[in-house]
Amino acid sequence: MKRTSLYKKHTDIGAKMVDFAGFSMPVIYTSIKEEHLAVRQSAGLFDVSHMGEFRISGKDARSLVQWLSSNDADKLSPGEIQYSCLPNSKGGIVDDLLVYCIDPEHFMLVVNASNIEKDFDWIEHQRILKEFDAELVNLSDETDLLALQGPKAEKILQELCEEDLSVVENYHFINASIKGFGELMISRTGYTGAGGFEIYLKPAQTVELWNVLLEKGKSDGLIPAGLAARDTLRLEMGYCLYGNDIDETTNPLEAGLGWITKLDSEFVGKDVLLAQKESGLKSRLVGFELKDKGIPRKDYPVFDADENEIGRVTSGTQSPSLSKPIGLAYVDRKFRKKGTEIFIGVRKKKLKAVVCGLPFV
Amino acid sequence: MNFPEDIKYSSDHEWARVEEDLIVIGITDHAQRELGDIVFVEIDQLDEEVEQGDVFGTIEAVKTVSDLFMPIKGTIVEFNEGLEDSPEKINEDPYGEGWIVKLKPDNIKDLEELMDASVYKEEIGA
Repeated sequence: MKRTSLYKKHTDIGAKMVDFAGFSMPVIYTSIKEEHLAVRQSAGLFDVSHMGEFRISGKDARSLVQWLSSNDADKLSPGEIQYSCLPNSKGGIVDDLLVYCIDPEHFMLVVNASNIEKDFDWIEHQRILKEFDAELVNLSDETDLLALQGPKAEKILQELCEEDLSVVENYHFINASIKGFGELMISRTGYTGAGGFEIYLKPAQTVELWNVLLEKGKSDGLIPAGLAARDTLRLEMGYCLYGNDIDETTNPLEAGLGWITKLDSEFVGKDVLLAQKESGLKSRLVGFELKDKGIPRKDYPVFDADENEIGRVTSGTQSPSLSKPIGLAYVDRKFRKKGTEIFIGVRKKKLKAVVCGLPFV
Repeated sequence: MNFPEDIKYSSDHEWARVEEDLIVIGITDHAQRELGDIVFVEIDQLDEEVEQGDVFGTIEAVKTVSDLFMPIKGTIVEFNEGLEDSPEKINEDPYGEGWIVKLKPDNIKDLEELMDASVYKEEIGA
């Protein structure tokens, strides 16, 4: 199993480690609730070095990114970032990702750890097939990633940083000078909905920056946060998790990703998506709150009041912010409206739930 | 992790402690740590006789759900109602306030089949 640069740090401070996408990753340090609430109320620091980073460069870099991704990469200016999908040719999703525009001939793609090899092969396949004049390089092994998230993230990072971070807008990045670390790429992005930054760096620097940030942020309540809190935080925001809510078989329009699926640009599988849209989409990913006592989990069935199966749960948890059970489920479109009563099959019981708007918090 | 010497342990990670003529049952420190933040506990068979090894309830944590397995045969006579409002007691104090049920054992000698702390520790590699 692979380890990030911080493996020893995590185990030294007593993190519970799990196998995630081939990496031994910290899932919980103290408690999910404590870590989750720290991120919502002050700040949390995540080691997300398992994530994959690719560089695409060359004359056709932008056209390749445009062809691969569902969002409109032509709109990206240097310093901007887009959330996007890599659609497959059958109307499903190869991966979801962030696209960083470094300049018109250089892009960085940040992909899910579980999909690094698959994505690399897919992009290479498309690049060769369509004869794009661009080069794809996998930087994942030489790139670490720390996510400093929460309302206090900016204050903590600013103390180490010469540039004014307040001018860095959402989904933008800068190369900032961090005291003692030289120039690092910092973006105002994250998977928590709590605001904050993601910091890309070389593995040799990671332990030191981790220590410095935790030391600087201590008085503001910064603590390390694990993958479990990352999951509850993203679920409260209704963000999709690849492998749960989206995969090779799910349609981005049904997943509620229409806002990053620009059907007026040309990309892989667009014609299939257009045809599906015209013939009528069948299901829709919705948020729901469980009213009865229970916790929804992936793959639990969803029923209507007459006990007809109308869908399946893709993610579920107890929301640490709301202290309520919440989840995401694909349901028959008839049941997608806010306030609709649905039932979740939890073992032998059918528990009452209600469709609600996203985000949950 | 903490494994008191005065209680018995099952391979399903429950513990059992004699309290007068009843047996108090909970989950071990190891089990609560594996589950993470516990959100609630549901007991299916209050006032019913349960065979050893049978499922007598479920324990829901934020990340996962797990069945509860009866370490010895008997009748469940009490559920820890304090867990209704504070299920996190199982994480915080698994052998104390986090106890789950009290059981009237069929035969108290069945307890002898369970493990001592040292054997259990070895089993989980602690």
